[in-house]
Amino acid sequence: MRFMLLFSRQGKLRLQKWYTAAAERDRKKMVRELMQVVLARKPKMCSFLEWRDLKIVYKRYASLYFCCAVEEQDNELVTLEVIHRFVELLDKYFGSVCELDIIFNFEKAYFILDEFLMGGEIQDTSKKSVLKAIEQADLLQEVAMIQSVVLSLGQ
Amino acid sequence: MALKMVKGSIDRIFDKNLQDLVRGVRSHREDEAKYISSCIDEIKQELKQDNIAVKANAVCKLTYLQMLGYDISWAAFNIVEVMSSSKFTYKRIGYLAASQCFHDGTDVIMLTTNQIRKDLSSPNQYDTGVALTGLSCFVTPDLARDLANDIMTLMSHTKPYIRKKAVLIMYKVFLKYPESLRPAFPRLKEKLDDPDPGVQSAAVNVICELARRNPRNYLSLAPLFFKLMTSSTNNWVLIKIIKLFGALTPLEPRLGKKLIEPLTNLIHSTSAMSLLYECVNTVIADCCVCVKTDTCPRPPQLCVQKLRILIEDSDQNLKYLGLLAMSKILKTHPKSVQSHKDLVLQCLDDKDESIRLRALDLLYGMVSKKNLMEIVKKLMVHVDKAEGTTYRDELLTKIIDICSQSNYQYITNFEWYISILVELTRLEGTRHGHLIASQMLDVAVRVKAIRGFAVVQMATLLDNTTLLAGSGQHKSICEVLYAAAWICGEFSEHLEDPVHTLEAMLRPKVATLPGHIQAIYIQNAAKLFAAVLNGQQGTPDCQTMQESSQLLIDRLPLFVQSADLEVQERASCILQLVKFIQKLQHKEVEVGEEVTALFAGELNPVAPKAQKKVPVPDGLDLDAWINEPPSESESEDEKPVAVFAEEELRHARPHHTEVDEKELARRREARKQEQANNPFYIKASPTSQKGYQDSTGVEHIPVVQIDLSVPLKVPGGWMSTSDKYLKLEEERRQRERKERGKKEKKKKKKREKRSGMGRRHDSGPESEEDIAPAHMVDIVTEEMPENALSSDDDEKDPNDPYRALDVCDIQGNLQNGSQVVVSIIFENKSTSFLKSMEFNVLDSLNSKLQRPEGSGPHDGLTVPFQLPPGVSNEARFIFSVQSIVMPQRLKGTLTFIVKADDSSTHEKLDFKLHFTCSSYLITTPCYSDTFAKLLESADLKGTSVRLQEVSLPFHHLLAKICFHHHFSVVERIDSCASLYSRSIQGHHVCLLVKYAHQTVTIDAKCDESSLLGNVLEEIKKTFSQS
Repeated sequence: MRFMLLFSRQGKLRLQKWYTAAAERDRKKMVRELMQVVLARKPKMCSFLEWRDLKIVYKRYASLYFCCAVEEQDNELVTLEVIHRFVELLDKYFGSVCELDIIFNFEKAYFILDEFLMGGEIQDTSKKSVLKAIEQADLLQEVAMIQSVVLSLGQ
Repeated sequence: MALKMVKGSIDRIFDKNLQDLVRGVRSHREDEAKYISSCIDEIKQELKQDNIAVKANAVCKLTYLQMLGYDISWAAFNIVEVMSSSKFTYKRIGYLAASQCFHDGTDVIMLTTNQIRKDLSSPNQYDTGVALTGLSCFVTPDLARDLANDIMTLMSHTKPYIRKKAVLIMYKVFLKYPESLRPAFPRLKEKLDDPDPGVQSAAVNVICELARRNPRNYLSLAPLFFKLMTSSTNNWVLIKIIKLFGALTPLEPRLGKKLIEPLTNLIHSTSAMSLLYECVNTVIADCCVCVKTDTCPRPPQLCVQKLRILIEDSDQNLKYLGLLAMSKILKTHPKSVQSHKDLVLQCLDDKDESIRLRALDLLYGMVSKKNLMEIVKKLMVHVDKAEGTTYRDELLTKIIDICSQSNYQYITNFEWYISILVELTRLEGTRHGHLIASQMLDVAVRVKAIRGFAVVQMATLLDNTTLLAGSGQHKSICEVLYAAAWICGEFSEHLEDPVHTLEAMLRPKVATLPGHIQAIYIQNAAKLFAAVLNGQQGTPDCQTMQESSQLLIDRLPLFVQSADLEVQERASCILQLVKFIQKLQHKEVEVGEEVTALFAGELNPVAPKAQKKVPVPDGLDLDAWINEPPSESESEDEKPVAVFAEEELRHARPHHTEVDEKELARRREARKQEQANNPFYIKASPTSQKGYQDSTGVEHIPVVQIDLSVPLKVPGGWMSTSDKYLKLEEERRQRERKERGKKEKKKKKKREKRSGMGRRHDSGPESEEDIAPAHMVDIVTEEMPENALSSDDDEKDPNDPYRALDVCDIQGNLQNGSQVVVSIIFENKSTSFLKSMEFNVLDSLNSKLQRPEGSGPHDGLTVPFQLPPGVSNEARFIFSVQSIVMPQRLKGTLTFIVKADDSSTHEKLDFKLHFTCSSYLITTPCYSDTFAKLLESADLKGTSVRLQEVSLPFHHLLAKICFHHHFSVVERIDSCASLYSRSIQGHHVCLLVKYAHQTVTIDAKCDESSLLGNVLEEIKKTFSQS
């Protein structure tokens, strides 16, 4: 996978993850271009399109578009399953996720994605173990947080 | 609960936390930029503080702003600070920010190496995990080099959580620092057996990706993966393994065979569409490999069935992918896809445009003579229904692509096609007017018999004002008028009412058309005028003539004023001409012929290689200098090129003499230069270059088979005419089918074997001598333009060392099933109309006429056209020849019906076809070293002949042998030359021709002595005739 984008129906970027290095300017241009192409598609259309030398797989969940760019030999249906799995993970974590959850907790969404995919490859096929890893890391964070608050209050 | 309180109190420490920022951005939609710049100022202040919590909060906010498109690269150092925090909370945020905005060009990355190393070896697995995740995004070649060892150690970490991440990131490390692959690979391979399924799948992932880049190194792992494939139950892992095999099979075709069974099992058993799709795709790809190597031509019937299920599914995604995969099968197994035409046509109705476009792509490859009209009819319906010009234009181009592919191969009725084109002109707002126009021109010029019909249709177009009216907004469609005007002018003899068309072409509204079209209008109005004058010649009534001169004189001044130079020039030129003619008319001088002479001569289509047809006339020395050779100083310009060519040559053939190379390179360069500068030199189309072995000359000859069994009727106006032709054509075919059916019953079905397996070769048997003289039909069997092999000479670089290899490689393939294509030009020299021509040849044991499936061995072949008086046309017939060592003479008859005004008679014409041995030879270039090797080999048997009293110059003599007997000169030294040719079955024929005192000695060697004897006999004959 080359990159994954999440954007809203209004064309606002909500999440972006690039698995190959690209200059900031090129990234912006690609994002803008791709959002235009995907948003112009009619609801009944299939989820795949050919764009530049990439295959784009996208799916709309409520007001959010999940959009992945994969290479020529990659399997579109697997990519669709990856998107769906990510949505499931978000759903489990936030409890019926909505766009606002991702806007306000965008760093959490990244953490989940990073536990699920790494370098564009599926890291763990099991939902359970991804969520477990996230929970444990969060717990670590909360503990650290309490410590620092206690520290700062003590000052 | 307690946690929330704590969170609330910590938030108060900062001016603004992430949530505040997000909320603020959302509420400042109007002046977002301003708001954010104030936030960035605030963040800068926060970053200056020592409190790491404040810094982390600032970096987190920056990460959010980065996503909104703001530059945060200035904060790179602060990000590193946060990454280095000992607290996981902040470390996590720092690494996230780094992974989002660091790239190869970020300077501070250099500072991170030690920190990352520390995190990698942290006792806390989440510290390590976060570092690995971050690294996977921003790893640079330096980081990869420095940390490769640390990561490699992590591959054997006790926690599977770390192991799987370490394995995955190794792929990125390999990419950035390839040297790490060799030492790390054994450990990576170990991980395929890891007890943890996550680690195992990560290892499969990495190896699969590596193998996709360089499959050869991973062939040895095939057995291991084969075992994994049969044992794994994880679909995502299975898909990766199958993908890996997909990369390996092109290198090892046996693997493909072995895979078929497990893949078939999976296809049958799996319920996961993604896995099914992957299997089907891999089987298809395997079959492509097999087809290439000729090991397993098994059509993927199962795949097609499964794809059909996908396409029939209501899920748009499956439909799309099904069509996509189907088009891959189409390339190798068109037959197995063609039976699903109904399904593909259904997809044209789909509401999703991308599916419709996929279906269109498929249709292009699915058409045949039988279904073309039906498919195009469907497409025309869609053209009418289509919303949005983009899709409609796509349909239009596809219709034209489908119809015109491989020289209109699938069109059996050109009236129908012209009607389709005319119907397409009704499309409003299309961008492809020029495309329609060029098709009209192409068909009218190349299909002689259709001209009458075309002209009448074009006249209607010219007469119709809708196109003119539309020219304002939609410029493109009026391009059609360009074609229409030209066709009406050029073939004006077919016009019913030339005066009317002339009038239509000079309407004032024409002046609104683009300049280049107006220019064509004026030029062709002049042609029409000439035709009118000529037509009226000799009739007592000269009023029409005078009227049309007056018409031109009245109308042309409008165009003389045109702003377009071309229009202006042509109009004023022709205006003066007409004025002059009018003067002569008043003196009652007959000018028709003279005016017609202005436009005399027919424009004929010429094949790109037609020049090859022309033999070198006696007395012309192509090698002689016309002017003195350029002086030394002048040729210096070429030197760099020549030197380059020379080096290349030396590389390819080290023992070749230097003088020759230089000379060759120089000549070649000169020829290339000359061709490039010559505007009349038609460069070959790129398609003719590929595969120089299997391209046949026939494809390049612009002769189109036509069928005119429908009367030439003029359909009126704008009604849809194509349907009518469709119907007529169907009726005709039904009749034919019935007749064929009757015949079939009497005879057992003949087994069709080997058709199409052999390589097609064209060669023309010559000899007109056996044709009964002074009959209605003249059969001129004709030498084809020398076949594709020889004519490729000037396109391919003879330097290419691979060519020589090719020559040796193919002969095996040519061994059986040779086909010979015979082109025959039928010319009707009589004054009657000839139809129902049937061509038949009495097969010999050796040479057989290839007849369509189902017909008996003595049935004739219908010549696919009729011949009006004075018309000639060409038909091709394929013969299969067993042995080519002997010349063959085949007796044949042509039967036909002569249609006179009142009656028709059935006539017969006998002829003989003479297949000389030379006609089985293909001009094949050969290098002197290959040639020398051939001569040395013991397989060749030699013989020689002597020709007395040959008074030709030596190079003419060579040219004659080359031209008539398909040889190519290998080397020539003074009056001695070596020549080479190859038979269609791969026999090598080598000649050494010496010339002294009007005597030619030919020493010849060939691996087939009787073939050689016959060829020499034929060469002898050539020279005895002259």
